[in-house]
Amino acid sequence: MTTTTLRRRENREGITLISPAVIVVASIIVLPIIWTVVLSFQEARYVDVARNGLFNTATLDNYIDTFTSPGFWRALQTTVVYSVATTVGSLVIGLVAALAFRERFRFRAPLRGAMLLPYVAPVVATTFVWQVALNPQFGVVNAVGTELLGWDRPINFLTAAPTALMTVIVFDTWRHFPFAFLFLSAALTGLSRDIEEAAVVDGASPVQKFRYVVLPQLMPTVALVALFRTVMAFNEFEGIFLLTGGAAGTQVASVRVYDQLTGSSDIGSASANAMVLAVILGIGLMLYLRVMARRAES
Amino acid sequence: MTAGTNGGTQVRVLRVLRVVVIVALVAATVLPFAYMVSLSFVRIDDLLRDPLRILPDLDRLTTETYRQVIASEEAGGWGFGRFMRNSAVVAASASALTILFVVPAAYALTRLRFAGRRQVSAVFLAVYLFPTIIIAVPVFVGFQVLGLGSSLVGLVIAYIALTVPVSLHMLRNHMSAIPESIDEAAVIDGASRLQVMTRITVPLAMPTIVSTALYSFMIAWNEFLFALLFLSAHQELWTVSLGLTRLADGQEVSKTVLMAGSVLLTIPIVLLFTVAERWLTEGLTAGSDKG
Repeated sequence: MTTTTLRRRENREGITLISPAVIVVASIIVLPIIWTVVLSFQEARYVDVARNGLFNTATLDNYIDTFTSPGFWRALQTTVVYSVATTVGSLVIGLVAALAFRERFRFRAPLRGAMLLPYVAPVVATTFVWQVALNPQFGVVNAVGTELLGWDRPINFLTAAPTALMTVIVFDTWRHFPFAFLFLSAALTGLSRDIEEAAVVDGASPVQKFRYVVLPQLMPTVALVALFRTVMAFNEFEGIFLLTGGAAGTQVASVRVYDQLTGSSDIGSASANAMVLAVILGIGLMLYLRVMARRAES
Repeated sequence: MTAGTNGGTQVRVLRVLRVVVIVALVAATVLPFAYMVSLSFVRIDDLLRDPLRILPDLDRLTTETYRQVIASEEAGGWGFGRFMRNSAVVAASASALTILFVVPAAYALTRLRFAGRRQVSAVFLAVYLFPTIIIAVPVFVGFQVLGLGSSLVGLVIAYIALTVPVSLHMLRNHMSAIPESIDEAAVIDGASRLQVMTRITVPLAMPTIVSTALYSFMIAWNEFLFALLFLSAHQELWTVSLGLTRLADGQEVSKTVLMAGSVLLTIPIVLLFTVAERWLTEGLTAGSDKG
């Protein structure tokens, strides 16, 4: 009797304590997502939504338009290239950094702190500095290139087609390698040194030690960071929007959705577009998790 | 034997390589910020005349850029003083309220068995599958209807929702490390649930609560997209991030003045981070092995 009352009380208390957080997330995040799902199946522009709310003509046109639009496939391709490149880039550099900072040295603590700057600094400030530094007229990078390195003419880092995508990839790698560095450093600190010392006694070279002892132990963290980074990069908006505005072949998926929402004000197709991308990302993640689970078993 | 000599060469090469890597990484992370600070003291005509001159001559140094960017429009400036006040108010309220929401939630998730407990965590993680832009537009439309669309209050509410999931994740990982037996002892002594939470769990979790608060302050201070959608048309409400981009889009403000603006935008975060770096990094990576 008393255990049931206690159970019931605990249940009630738990729900009471968690509901403020649930309500705020449900109303500000989950509801908008549902809204998006509903509108993606409707013929809806801003005027329609203003007049009819969520009750517009039901249609599959938005999805058909999305799948038949070359812009969508181009944006998807750009997003995939961008996500893979910056995920791999930030992981590799983050790993190299974590290894370089593993042993103590003078000024390690302040330098570690400095390494995190690109990640914590406001993206508006860092994109602005990059824009000025890369500017063809007065940027320091082009000044060094033309005056000291003998470039024929300044490079349009942010406004010409293949370079712009490379530049935003480099920027995002720069901005997010500290994130990987943070996680991998924490994982390295947690490793037991005994196995490594045993490997050294057995005559393993440093590269062998890394390849056969350290890296396998880091793999779970690498897999986790790769997952985080892929999701972040796939949905990245601010960095690209602020650097190029999506011009010169840098229109990734979320910038395209933004352009559809603000430019053509076609909420229906923008919603369908976003839904397809979320589903693609979800399927990708599920496959990834399944592969990882199978690896962990064997 | 051969492995041993190989190992010796590798050790020497790696020792050099390690120094090279550290120098290169520190240069890559610090130089853009040094460039920002340095340009903020340069006169714009000096920059245009000689872009290579990164360090200004001491006698050509100017702080006029800062005066211009901070002063209000009436005083002939660009109003960053007010933008900073707006940002500070928004970020501080958002982070304080986030903590109010998240502490009881984390307590419930780590201490109590209740219906829907597993689903809550799953939903909170799933929200990160969707790009913010998808959330931002419906929220903006909904807030317009409620009359919150163009106000700092609306922005604060949006930021709370943005920071609650990640803050809950950080805090939960730490709270689960505090032994429950302490709670049980207090309950036997007749303490109520609320007393246990406020008198025992909260003080024990204080370092993490502080780091979570700082982290959500940072997210809110740095945020740009919601501010752009909500406040673009109302210059008196602009946050620093928004103000900087709006002024940079036009032609009338010189780049070096905007560099001073960037420095002002970045300094609070750097200060905060220097004070609380260890807490922040531990809070972020805590429980990452558990997923």
